[in-house]
Amino acid sequence: MPSNEAPKAFESPTPDSIPGIWEKVRACMQCGTCTGSCANSNGMDHTPRELWRMVQLGLKEEIFASRTFWLCSSCFICTLRCPRGLPLTETMGALKRLAVAEGFFADKKSPVFYRTFLDTIRRYGRVREMELMARYFLRLGNPLVPIAFTSLGMRLLSKGKISFQMPSLSSGGKLDALFSKVKELETRP
Amino acid sequence: MKYFYYPGCSLEGTAREYDVSTRAVMRALDTELMELDDWTCCGASAGEAQSYLLSVALPARNLALAERTKIRADLLAPCSACYLNLRKVEDHVTRNERLLDVINEVLGMEGLHYGGGGGGIRVRHLLDVLSTDIGAQRIRERVKRKLTGLRIAPYYGCQCLRPYKDFDDPERPVSMEPLIEAMGAEIHPWSMGGRCCGAGLMTTKKDVALELVGDLLSAAEGADCIATVCPMCQMNLDSFQSSVPRRQGESSRISVLYLPQLLGLAFGLTEEDVKLKLNFAVTLPVRKKFSALSRE
Repeated sequence: MPSNEAPKAFESPTPDSIPGIWEKVRACMQCGTCTGSCANSNGMDHTPRELWRMVQLGLKEEIFASRTFWLCSSCFICTLRCPRGLPLTETMGALKRLAVAEGFFADKKSPVFYRTFLDTIRRYGRVREMELMARYFLRLGNPLVPIAFTSLGMRLLSKGKISFQMPSLSSGGKLDALFSKVKELETRP
Repeated sequence: MKYFYYPGCSLEGTAREYDVSTRAVMRALDTELMELDDWTCCGASAGEAQSYLLSVALPARNLALAERTKIRADLLAPCSACYLNLRKVEDHVTRNERLLDVINEVLGMEGLHYGGGGGGIRVRHLLDVLSTDIGAQRIRERVKRKLTGLRIAPYYGCQCLRPYKDFDDPERPVSMEPLIEAMGAEIHPWSMGGRCCGAGLMTTKKDVALELVGDLLSAAEGADCIATVCPMCQMNLDSFQSSVPRRQGESSRISVLYLPQLLGLAFGLTEEDVKLKLNFAVTLPVRKKFSALSRE
């Protein structure tokens, strides 16, 4: 490829579409090693094994109604142990992205948190923990959530581990160019 | 020896004691840390949940900054999530030949370029550098005050062990044990070293994460302290102890210290040098043991 030719859209390791995800887990033989290994399966409505079966069967609505993939904490133990060597943790990530892209999720807390997080780093380049949490609570619009974190917030403040910083008033963010280029490339046909 | 140093966002805030103690311990070990100029966030777990390209472009920007200096040194990350994200870029560009071009099209907006790891800069976790490059022998030679009588549960967490098996067994990690012995401390034997702490679920699915933290704290019963090498693990284990239901007869609190804080104390640094006052749950018996050390 000549060097002056712009690279065309590329394929991510886990293409963000149900057929792409299906391709990644189609070799799943339903042994359940992932479920048995998962630290968070107790809190899931479907076990990881069930989720992969739902993907194999293309049950899109059931997949996105489930909170299973939002409960993946990326510990990679299922990926490590999968006897078929499937990229299961990456695929959980792809399901999160697809759910966000399609605006289709049962619980808004995780997507709202991730969006707020990225917005903070686009603005400042780095996370400002205090402002991140403030914006997250504001966007959730649920007063019960911040209350659950008040004690920790006060203790962190008293240790000087987090601090009030002036939010940036300028519209330009540190990583604006990077974020907008990513968006442009991802939507390029 | 010298390394690029990528502290990551947590080490500027909630994990400030990890940053301060890492710098102090590396200085004591005659190892130079060159903080990467103008570094930015690695994307944490949010990048991956939003956009694959963003999840590789954000860490790649930092690797490009290191390459631009023309200095050839490994890049040290004390935070396991930063380490994993930076390491993932290194790996993914070798698995997907077009990815590097696309990343560079993004980085080109700032006049940056990532060479794809061919430039001789390897991403390394702090624990890898301490156990592989420095090693227990050099640490033993540097110890001034043995942590005799202190029983430590080595806690590795997930993302420095998996999926990249760079320096330890991903299921039964052991790399911290020789370092603990070199400090003159005792190892609390347990099988939870590589078990998940719930990570970011503490923010979004608190009930689930509290259960994991409870299991870890119960298994650490009998240890004086848990040693961690990740800001997320430390925060989850340290800050939510009063929210975790404890079984009858279990102590209500256990100290959770960063490995370099313990190393620093063994090297004769002061509690202030390793910012011990920033940890929440430093128990009285552990405090007494540390002050006894400084009187010796």
